[in-house]
Amino acid sequence: MSETFYDVMRRQGITRRSFLKYCSLTASALGLGPAFAPTIAAAMETKPRIPVLWLHGLECTCCSESFIRSAHPLAKDVVLSMISLDYDDTIMAAAGHEAEAIIEEIIEKYDGNYILAVEGNPPLDEDGMYCIIGGKPFVEQLRKAAEHCKAIISWGSCASWGCVQAARPNPTRATPVHKVPGLAAKPIIKVPGCPPIAEVMTAVITYILTFERFPQLDRQGRPLMFYSQRIHDKCYRRPHFDAGQFVEHWDDEAARKGYCLYKMGCKGPTTYNACSTVRWNGGLSFPIQAGHGCIGCSEDGFWDKGSFYDRVTDTHQFGIEANADKVGIAAAGTVGAAAAAHLAVTAIKQAQHKGDQDQ
Amino acid sequence: MQTEINTGAVYVYEAPVRVWHWVNALSITLLAITGYLIAHPLPTLPGEASDHFLMGTIRFVHFAAAYIFAVGFLGRIYWAMVGNRYSRQLFKLPLLHRKFWKDLLHEVRWYAFLEKEPKKYVGHNPLAHLFMVAIITVGGAVMLLTGFALYAEQTGLGSWQDSLFGWLIPLVGQSQDVRLWHHWGMWVIVVFVMLHVYVAIREDIVSRQSLISTMISGWRTFKDDRP
Repeated sequence: MSETFYDVMRRQGITRRSFLKYCSLTASALGLGPAFAPTIAAAMETKPRIPVLWLHGLECTCCSESFIRSAHPLAKDVVLSMISLDYDDTIMAAAGHEAEAIIEEIIEKYDGNYILAVEGNPPLDEDGMYCIIGGKPFVEQLRKAAEHCKAIISWGSCASWGCVQAARPNPTRATPVHKVPGLAAKPIIKVPGCPPIAEVMTAVITYILTFERFPQLDRQGRPLMFYSQRIHDKCYRRPHFDAGQFVEHWDDEAARKGYCLYKMGCKGPTTYNACSTVRWNGGLSFPIQAGHGCIGCSEDGFWDKGSFYDRVTDTHQFGIEANADKVGIAAAGTVGAAAAAHLAVTAIKQAQHKGDQDQ
Repeated sequence: MQTEINTGAVYVYEAPVRVWHWVNALSITLLAITGYLIAHPLPTLPGEASDHFLMGTIRFVHFAAAYIFAVGFLGRIYWAMVGNRYSRQLFKLPLLHRKFWKDLLHEVRWYAFLEKEPKKYVGHNPLAHLFMVAIITVGGAVMLLTGFALYAEQTGLGSWQDSLFGWLIPLVGQSQDVRLWHHWGMWVIVVFVMLHVYVAIREDIVSRQSLISTMISGWRTFKDDRP
């Protein structure tokens, strides 16, 4: 356990030059400035690896898929070895009882010192029977692991908000990590997205390892460095929005010219994530660049906010699927007609009244 | 024709209240129109993005009018503290007075053509009073809170708008939900304005007191001397 991150990297054949490059790149990705590259390097050289328990609840493994595709050439090797990923049922070699034994071992050996990374969330109904891991409800595994961990990372929208399995009517009562009753009060960092961007995931882990604390979080527990601005704020199509140039149909001239997708229901203006700056697949592209609006996958309850192609949420409280504009126009029309009718009656009454007075 | 008898005229709306009313009327009109156009932008413009700034201009008008509305709202609260008794009506509802409910019923019956004659009021009639508090005071506050919370999204984390109003977004749910409520609020106010304008003109003609001229001169005059 005295092995440092640097030892592991060297053992894996990573040169010191590559290692330093990684440190400076990570420093700039975290918005720390070049002065912090040596800090990161020093941390990597001297600090023992922090063990990570990576648990999976109700989820689709898209977070893991994203994570192992981190485009940074070293990220997947370095981060994967660096964090001493002792347990991750999707990518570890062990299976069955052996695998489950690892959890117990980590909890005992590193009591209060390991990071608990949660992908997915536990269903609470029927005592958690809708998600069984190694013969026990996932929620029990989660509670136990949380009890002894140092801090919790909620990977993706499932762990952060609930995501698709928690969408109305949420039949299994899938519950995001921070709302699980009886969970030990440990610091939780949310890294939402369906999935989160790979570079965001590796950068968050690197930060935690280097500084032994969470990066600065916003009101909802998301790291500010990646979730402090909306997609809209840094969107490369923003000038078209300000100019009033919009795609009106998927196949129109404006779509070909790359105008703003606001009218096509793009949720960029209401979504906090780093897609428009970090982008995906090694900075290659992101949904809006590919010509499709943002669906707001990193926002709370995004499945329940109406169509992906409509920015105005349908309001279900009124019994029918109504949206604010339909009801508003109907109400204004009704009130207008009522006022006109009222006016007519008033005129008649006034005429009668006048007639009465004249007599 | 009924002749106006100016005996017993009362100075109801002091100058700051009148100025606030008309500034509010203008800012609400601008806010509703530009707000609708932000939710449903005009047909797309051709050419280069650098050739136009239509959406930017519409949003600028919305935010400028919103600031005027906000400053007016704060000014109106101040005037409720230093102004005459009628200036406080917007912030006080006499819900515990039997007379308020009796008069409210009478006013409803008057609008339903069940009463031959309306009562005379120096300030707001009870029905108007109720609506003013619900829509202008409470509704205005809701629009200010949701509006500034949304505005804080672009001024950014750490801005004063964010410090003062940013908490509202996670409270309501997420950004899209705040937009929904802000949008509903617009329609509530639009319907209120329609009713307000119609009723003000109607009452000015058929009631026993002045309405529109009062909001211009400040003086409430009565058309007869009966109680």
